[in-house]
Amino acid sequence: MSLLDKMKALVAFYEEVLSMPHRSEIARELRDQDDMFLFMLYSEMLGIPNPAYYYTLELYPYMMEQFHDWHLRMGMDKSPMTGFRCC
Amino acid sequence: MNAVALASIGLFIFILGYRFYSKFLAEKIFKLDPNYVTPAHRFEDGVDFVPTNKWVLWGHHFTSVAGAAPILGPAIAVYWGWLPAFLWVVLGTVFAAGFHDFGTLVLSVRNKGQSVGTLAHRLIGQRGKILFLFIILILVLMVNAVFAWVIANLFISFPAAVLPVMIQIPLAVWIGFSVYKKQGKMLIPSLIALVIMYATAVIASNVEWMQIDLVRYMGGEEGAGIFGLGAVSTAFFIWILFLMIYVYIASTLPVWQLLQPRDFINSHQLVVGLLILYLGLFFTVPEVTAPMTNATTDVSWLPLLFITIACGAISGFHGLVSSGTSSKQLYKETDARFVGYAGAVGEGVLALVSIMAVITFFPSADAFRESYSSFAAASGGGLGNFVQGAAQLAEGLFIPASIATTIVSIIVISFAATTLDTSVRLMRYIIAELGQEYNLPVLTKTHVATTIAVASSAALVLIPEGPNGFGSGGYLLWPLFGTSNQLLAGISLLLLTIWLKWLGRNYWVALIPMIFLVFMTMFAMAQQVFFQWAMWGSNPNGLLFVFGAIIFGFTLWILLTAVSALRKGIDPNYSFEEE
Repeated sequence: MSLLDKMKALVAFYEEVLSMPHRSEIARELRDQDDMFLFMLYSEMLGIPNPAYYYTLELYPYMMEQFHDWHLRMGMDKSPMTGFRCC
Repeated sequence: MNAVALASIGLFIFILGYRFYSKFLAEKIFKLDPNYVTPAHRFEDGVDFVPTNKWVLWGHHFTSVAGAAPILGPAIAVYWGWLPAFLWVVLGTVFAAGFHDFGTLVLSVRNKGQSVGTLAHRLIGQRGKILFLFIILILVLMVNAVFAWVIANLFISFPAAVLPVMIQIPLAVWIGFSVYKKQGKMLIPSLIALVIMYATAVIASNVEWMQIDLVRYMGGEEGAGIFGLGAVSTAFFIWILFLMIYVYIASTLPVWQLLQPRDFINSHQLVVGLLILYLGLFFTVPEVTAPMTNATTDVSWLPLLFITIACGAISGFHGLVSSGTSSKQLYKETDARFVGYAGAVGEGVLALVSIMAVITFFPSADAFRESYSSFAAASGGGLGNFVQGAAQLAEGLFIPASIATTIVSIIVISFAATTLDTSVRLMRYIIAELGQEYNLPVLTKTHVATTIAVASSAALVLIPEGPNGFGSGGYLLWPLFGTSNQLLAGISLLLLTIWLKWLGRNYWVALIPMIFLVFMTMFAMAQQVFFQWAMWGSNPNGLLFVFGAIIFGFTLWILLTAVSALRKGIDPNYSFEEE
């Protein structure tokens, strides 16, 4: 490894240290937006009418894993949907 | 004695501590397992739980724990001579702080990455959780008051530092937005910000009108201020008011807007500061002029030394970082030794150089004794001595003294400001959590909680009267800050003791530092509360008496909890599925 490469590695390391807390903050913000999206998707369950409900149902198999994490984050230990169980 | 030799001895002991003691802890006490699935892998979510390279994690851990406190404590504690401070920093880091930081990290990793607060609930029960919340509430309150005083004091003593520090705020906001909205890199913008700050510092050091000196505006120290206060009193009042308004806004903004980008700049400052100080030390090879031990009549080193230096020898705050963020990002369990133990050593290195800067600053032992004439003088002037001592070391690198003084005070103020911001934020969360615990939903509102946090901190820093009147007595709270920080470390060590006992391991490595800390805290508080601050004491002070008595009560509580927890067997509700 030449000196230049070593310097580059050092700078990359330093930048990673700097950006570590930031990365998680951005990820958190994105996750919150995702949660909002899912919340709107499953709004029917909470009594808010959702005209797109029948169409979004088709997405369900693709979102199984994500859906599981979401209902855990929302404070529901088990899937709130009868008939569709993920855990 | 030669300061380089002394610093080298300290560094060498740190290396020995890492090489041998942490190895012993890793293999014999914690029995770290490289194949253990850490929470970072088990609960990986890309947000809090992210497996991270150990060097990167160490860098982040170190920059989170290092701040103004490991600089200020030693700068005061050299009052009893350099030897006691040196020994406590070196041995405290090796046997207390190293174990504590490393231990809380492992404890959290083995318990799903939970924080010390949650673990207090699991290992002690509901009482443990409430005890923890109150201790941390007192700690953050003290931090707010002490660091507001630190910043106001430095603003008044080093007016050239004011403008560069203020410039850091819009620069940080700019970095925050440019990185967040445009997905830019943060290394270059934060370096540019640093250069702008230091360029302002260089100019402000030489151009008088750029120095925002409130005392001078009011006609010097003898001048009249407002409300019949003296000029210095008024300056303290204005700066503290300003800081409280600032911190109210800063702590309610999202972290990526101001706090984080300012942290990027501060990380550079930490590197710059450590480099300047250590290079300066090794280039100038100064003689230690302060006395090895200093006979004092007003305040004895036992037990106050162990309270005065908290961060840098052992600090409960580290446990919050270890168990709050680092434990969720540990790649391999065996990395805990490097991240936790070497993180504590990093702070010890900073405390060590703070001692070196102060004890080489004075031309003779008599000059030292004149400046450190009493404990009050040491507490009030310690930080100023550090700034000037550090500037003297920087002169060895051909940096002019006036510029070096400004830059060093900027570094200390920046650290203190970030600590203040974080701690007001933390206080807001705790008030909200207590509101939930005691069914007072109004406390969970952001602005209600922040108002309570800011108002109580402002009141606390303004009440104690120092030699310069109103607001200048913030340093009187320093021993209370030290004790509450030690108490937090005490409760983490208690959790570690209980946990190690349940596992059937040797728990004395945790119990001995815990007993030492609790004993010193009780000793100090009993002495201060009943013989000094009480109405019948030598130096009556209602405010300090009340807070001292509360801390004394909490210490007693920890002690009783410890005894009952150690006598009790394993809690049947505790699950060992993680082991």
